[in-house]
Amino acid sequence: MSDAPLLQVTGLTKHYSGHRSIGQRLGGVPQTVVKAVNDVSLSVRRGEILGLIGESGCGKSTLGRAILRLHEPTEGKVVFDGKDVTALDADALKSMRRRMQIIFQDPYASLNPRRTVAEIVGLPLKLHGLATTQDEVRAKVAAIIEKVGLKANQLDRYPHQFSGGQRQRIGIARALISNPEFIVCDEPVSALDVSIQAQIIELLLNLKSELGLTYLFISHDISVIGYLSDRVAVMYLGEIVEMGPVDAVLSRPRHPYTQSLMSAVPEVDVHAQKSRVRLTGDLPSPLNPPSGCKFHTRCPLAIDICKVKAPVTETVGEAHTAACHRLAEKLSLLEAAEA
Amino acid sequence: MNAPLLSVTDLRTVFDTRAGRVCAVDGVNVEVRRGECLGVVGESGSGKSVTFASVMGLVRSPGRIDGGAIIFDGRDLRTLTPQQMRKVRGRDIAMTMQDALTALNPALTVGEQIGEVLEAHDETLPSSRGARNAAIRERSVEMLSLVGIPSAESRLRQYPHEFSGGMRQRIMIAIALACRPKLLIADEPTTALDVTIQAQVLELITDIRAKLGMSVVLITHDLGVVTEHCDRVMVMYAGQVVEEGPVREVIGSPSHPYTKGLLGSIPRLALRGQKIKPIEGQVPDLIDLPAQCRFYSRCTLRQDVCKSLISMREATPGHSARCVLVGKDRP
Repeated sequence: MSDAPLLQVTGLTKHYSGHRSIGQRLGGVPQTVVKAVNDVSLSVRRGEILGLIGESGCGKSTLGRAILRLHEPTEGKVVFDGKDVTALDADALKSMRRRMQIIFQDPYASLNPRRTVAEIVGLPLKLHGLATTQDEVRAKVAAIIEKVGLKANQLDRYPHQFSGGQRQRIGIARALISNPEFIVCDEPVSALDVSIQAQIIELLLNLKSELGLTYLFISHDISVIGYLSDRVAVMYLGEIVEMGPVDAVLSRPRHPYTQSLMSAVPEVDVHAQKSRVRLTGDLPSPLNPPSGCKFHTRCPLAIDICKVKAPVTETVGEAHTAACHRLAEKLSLLEAAEA
Repeated sequence: MNAPLLSVTDLRTVFDTRAGRVCAVDGVNVEVRRGECLGVVGESGSGKSVTFASVMGLVRSPGRIDGGAIIFDGRDLRTLTPQQMRKVRGRDIAMTMQDALTALNPALTVGEQIGEVLEAHDETLPSSRGARNAAIRERSVEMLSLVGIPSAESRLRQYPHEFSGGMRQRIMIAIALACRPKLLIADEPTTALDVTIQAQVLELITDIRAKLGMSVVLITHDLGVVTEHCDRVMVMYAGQVVEEGPVREVIGSPSHPYTKGLLGSIPRLALRGQKIKPIEGQVPDLIDLPAQCRFYSRCTLRQDVCKSLISMREATPGHSARCVLVGKDRP
């Protein structure tokens, strides 16, 4: 079973129901449902980084959390290392969480301001019974804190005494201390300045090769995803529209949404002559998503069928899939814009 | 009319705090020419926002401007009374804030917020009540259409929360542009936005700049945005300008180790497999800084001579950097 993926997600769906007052219920106002994640399937091999890109509100964070059951999935199956995570009871889930961790986006909101670094980072050890004595906890915390580039003499400080980059290192230490195999990195560098961002990316890559980790790396920053992922999945309104090896998806994107994303990224190259595809309009509300292909309201290539029928996911290259009605025509928005 | 529209010389803005004096802006020179787009890049705490808050006269206690001259269109803004300054703000210079949701008033409709600016500054409006309201209404609709908000007429009656992030940013731009300012200062206009929306907003600013012939200062931390949308760029670090010049030169062949470091630390698809080279360390504490190169502690090329005051040196005409390794002294 060594070539089986570490994580296999099948048909994962997460819907949130809106609130209705008693009056609204009696009055027959229909239940509103936000379809945050819709029938998503993906797999992550051991030692791989799968990048997940998409704009805010497309459901990428929800997907990451539903995989860990931080948000209970509505439907679908998550199999981690041969075990069905969605079927675990509370105790079994707790011990599974030791092996599956998460790093959060906001280094300010994700650390308890009233706990010291030693308490924050040491808590998983206590929860999972990984250290028995206070001294052992402290020794382990000190070791991991140095691994993430902080100093062991900073253990008794509070989060507010650290900068954003340092706090993110504390968050990474907390995720790593239980010795996990798989980490969901939920926009871990988005809140950081460019030079600090590079430090954290380097740290995450070094830790990955040193500890043999597997990442699901969520970001809206295509440059970051392109730099560090092995494979990439592009999400739009709760669905994966394109997925495959990073070079194929980002250099030769097939889905019009991926193509327009790539063209919207401002490039730090004074010689680049970029052709532009500009999407008009905003991301539609997931409360009331468009019919058919969800991208049709913004898609420059949309035809009649896109409004009524959702496209199926097709294989367009080696391990490269996309969901679009017009794939066979091999249209490229970028070439169209150049012509 | 070759005089620059805005010329700031030797600006110092300090904040007196309990921990000591923070010199957030230390001897900054800025020149914005007519019709150009100047990019201002730097990390948080580099003083880029405070510099332009100083220009706008928006620095509040415990902060104050400690020295320097701010000449806008021939007038020294520092000599103006608060009443005179209020007339400049909004009419001649306008600023958009990073976070459109907190910058807009949640209790007023969008139409009221645009109307407010016109009411305060536009002297061409007719004086009779009815005609005045009609004129304001007409101008507001025109501004919303200018920034690409469909069905402007009905959307004037809506509140900020009824708009998406990109739309709110457009509304702020519409308010800023209502009186056709000569200078628009856009403070991180797209930081909170997604790439596809960011592209729309930046293109809008570029279009309007051409249409109205105004100058734009684009404050950002994104070097890609600067590369694609600005004519000249100014790189700030720890309260000082460390490099400035035409975008082509500063981004294409940077002179200052900090600018080089920034460019080298941006992850890109093209750099896959290669190591990115982050700048080690952190921005120094701005309290009681020693009189030496601010980048000294993080610079890989530091020498003993860097422990003295460093002035801007010219690399090529119009392109200079604050580093001893750069060409000759500025005259």
